[in-house]
Amino acid sequence: MTAYLDHAATTPMLAESARAMVDELTTTGNPSSLHTSGRRARRVVEEARERLGAALGAAAGEVVLTGGGTEADNLAVKGLYWARRTQDPRRRRIAVSAVEHHAVLDAARWLADHDGAEVVLLEVDGLGRVRPEALAELLAADPATVALVSVMWANNEVGTVQPVEQVVAAAHAHGIPVHTDAVQALGHLPVDFARSGVDCLSLSGHKVGGPVGTGALLLRRGTDLAPLLHGGGQERGLRPGTMSAAGARALAVAVDGAVRARAGEATRLAELRDALVAKVQAVVPDAVLRGDPDPAGRLPGNAHLTFPGCEGDSLLYLLDARGVECSTGSACRAGVPEPSHVLLAMGVDEPEARGALRFSLGHTSTGAEVGAVAGAIGPVVERARRAGLVSSTRWA
Amino acid sequence: MRVLAAMSGGVDSAVAAARAVDAGHEVVGVHLALSRASATYAAATRGCCSAEDAGDARRVADILGIPFYVWDFAERFTADVVEDFVDEYAAGRTPNPCVRCNERIKFAALLDRALALDFDAVCTGHYARLTDVGDGGPPRLHRAVDAAKDQSYVLAGLTPGQLAAALFPLGDSHKEQVRTEAAARGLRVAGKRDSHDICFIPDGDTRGWLAARLGPRPGEIVDLDGQRLGRHDGSYAYTIGQRRGLRLGASAPDGRPRYVVQVRPRTGTVVVGPRSALEVGTITGAQARWCGPAPTVGAQVGAQVRAHGEEVPGRLDRADPDGTVRVRLDRPLVGVAPGQTLALYDGTRVIGAATVTATIAGAAR
Repeated sequence: MTAYLDHAATTPMLAESARAMVDELTTTGNPSSLHTSGRRARRVVEEARERLGAALGAAAGEVVLTGGGTEADNLAVKGLYWARRTQDPRRRRIAVSAVEHHAVLDAARWLADHDGAEVVLLEVDGLGRVRPEALAELLAADPATVALVSVMWANNEVGTVQPVEQVVAAAHAHGIPVHTDAVQALGHLPVDFARSGVDCLSLSGHKVGGPVGTGALLLRRGTDLAPLLHGGGQERGLRPGTMSAAGARALAVAVDGAVRARAGEATRLAELRDALVAKVQAVVPDAVLRGDPDPAGRLPGNAHLTFPGCEGDSLLYLLDARGVECSTGSACRAGVPEPSHVLLAMGVDEPEARGALRFSLGHTSTGAEVGAVAGAIGPVVERARRAGLVSSTRWA
Repeated sequence: MRVLAAMSGGVDSAVAAARAVDAGHEVVGVHLALSRASATYAAATRGCCSAEDAGDARRVADILGIPFYVWDFAERFTADVVEDFVDEYAAGRTPNPCVRCNERIKFAALLDRALALDFDAVCTGHYARLTDVGDGGPPRLHRAVDAAKDQSYVLAGLTPGQLAAALFPLGDSHKEQVRTEAAARGLRVAGKRDSHDICFIPDGDTRGWLAARLGPRPGEIVDLDGQRLGRHDGSYAYTIGQRRGLRLGASAPDGRPRYVVQVRPRTGTVVVGPRSALEVGTITGAQARWCGPAPTVGAQVGAQVRAHGEEVPGRLDRADPDGTVRVRLDRPLVGVAPGQTLALYDGTRVIGAATVTATIAGAAR
């Protein structure tokens, strides 16, 4: 049996989403065409947009379909920056949390490197949470120079839920727009776009049982945004390119399904997650749970642990060899896990950050899979420790 | 056996891994990330550590159906190989980074980790043979069947313990066979060209690479009589035996070409002389390590001082417990620099290696 505990990387497609996708893929029609086939495809796209809006607390007109979460993040960060700077050239500062996904961080840094932006990193506490008071203070000091604020809904590595409402209050006090990356939150936490107050929100299809290559940016009506792409004018010119009826429909089915199942799933996954953490710590008492230990402040399917004296890639290999699939949680460069910028921002030192594992649960997770982790983790950690501590001078 | 196959992304390590799979071993492929800079895709694709090479290795592992990982040894590699390389040149010696990498990384850091993770052996695409002598002890290291590709020289410093946990599946093959086999197995790397350069100097400009790290260290160029002939920007750019790039204004009185015959690191002086001054009859080495039983003083040996260099016969006339060895050559070797690896052979068998510390010029005994 393979225990798949990497749902935060991607989660199996919901059967009804896959069916919807295949159904549309085998039907012809460009949603922009004016003939009958085109009109049929257009209707599919618009119904999907309405369904997405309804599931997420947004108006259909606020849904911009994209090719995924990374694209939505880039569109938000760059699009807001360009639009806001055009209105007032003093607005060059981008305030982002230090624990953002690279799709936000690197987009902001790219603007700093190439287009005159200044990135202001918002520090986080030991649980990985931004301090809204610090943000309020920072914004109040010089609000006219801030182009946007971007703080994720929940962190993809350690699962910490961010105080988005307080972030919005701090920013809106100065009329500054707020973007939030809700890729990991969707399907696990109640995400209501209208109620949240954010100006734009990124989501991804394949994290909630939809297809890879689909996503959306929810964009509050009246928010100015410059496009990344230019072309045929689709998606109100914000995201030109032939609209995918198959992608839109499959995305809407998945998001709708995930949102409907969310409340029950969140309870079920939190129980499984708590069991996983307890069982791992029973076998490896010095394993440290990172992020917020309070379930209210944490994604229900997230268990992020560091194992002192171990290298994350040794742990990964050893677990993989025993049929347990998880992640170090951090980004890879050429296949090598980097020490996590999230853990470092939380004040974890680098040697400890290297021994990180993220177990993430989702709609197919079972108690048997948690049991598989509990059964494997003891010998795996013992072996990884030996590999991590081998003398560098043995052969010299 | 559980075998960890080191996969550089080249054809040799690919076929070596494939043969380990065929032999019935449980094989896991691993690519060593040796440079942080190599992660940028725009970086040079030559050498053994680029992102593209990691991708090639991954494709081979996919086809072989084995798990594949990239392990980060950049820190160790930088400290143990790259910095050592710079330090050695700065000290006026000529190091061999491949020897160093095998001794400190592939068959040390990597092997240690492999053994700790419950592997029995590390498999590489080196052209060298390991033979079992049937005594239950460690195998003996021999030259490869393909003399042109033989890499026993860069493995000569491995200890019996290291060799006991090594697999070299290509030792009995010729390079062309390996390429043909790679193609027959459907491995895309079959036609990939060989890497000859130092992997961390992708453009092959060792001199420029060293200059960027060591900066200008001007000094004098003198002849064997101590007469000043010119100046240079850094003695690290000169290697014993080098003829080109001396930029001496006047030619030698005898009209014959001049070569670098000595580099004095303390004063930064580069000494030039005729080719005859490069002839070495006796080589002294330090830090001798034996890949099998230690040789006895007086033994006839073959001496080789560079990869793919000529093997010259001689006699081992010192082998001290402190690791000092001395070889008197039957005929002279040309251009032997301190820091080079002296590999000793008994027929095709590798006896061991030492690091050249001194040479005595002149004719053979």
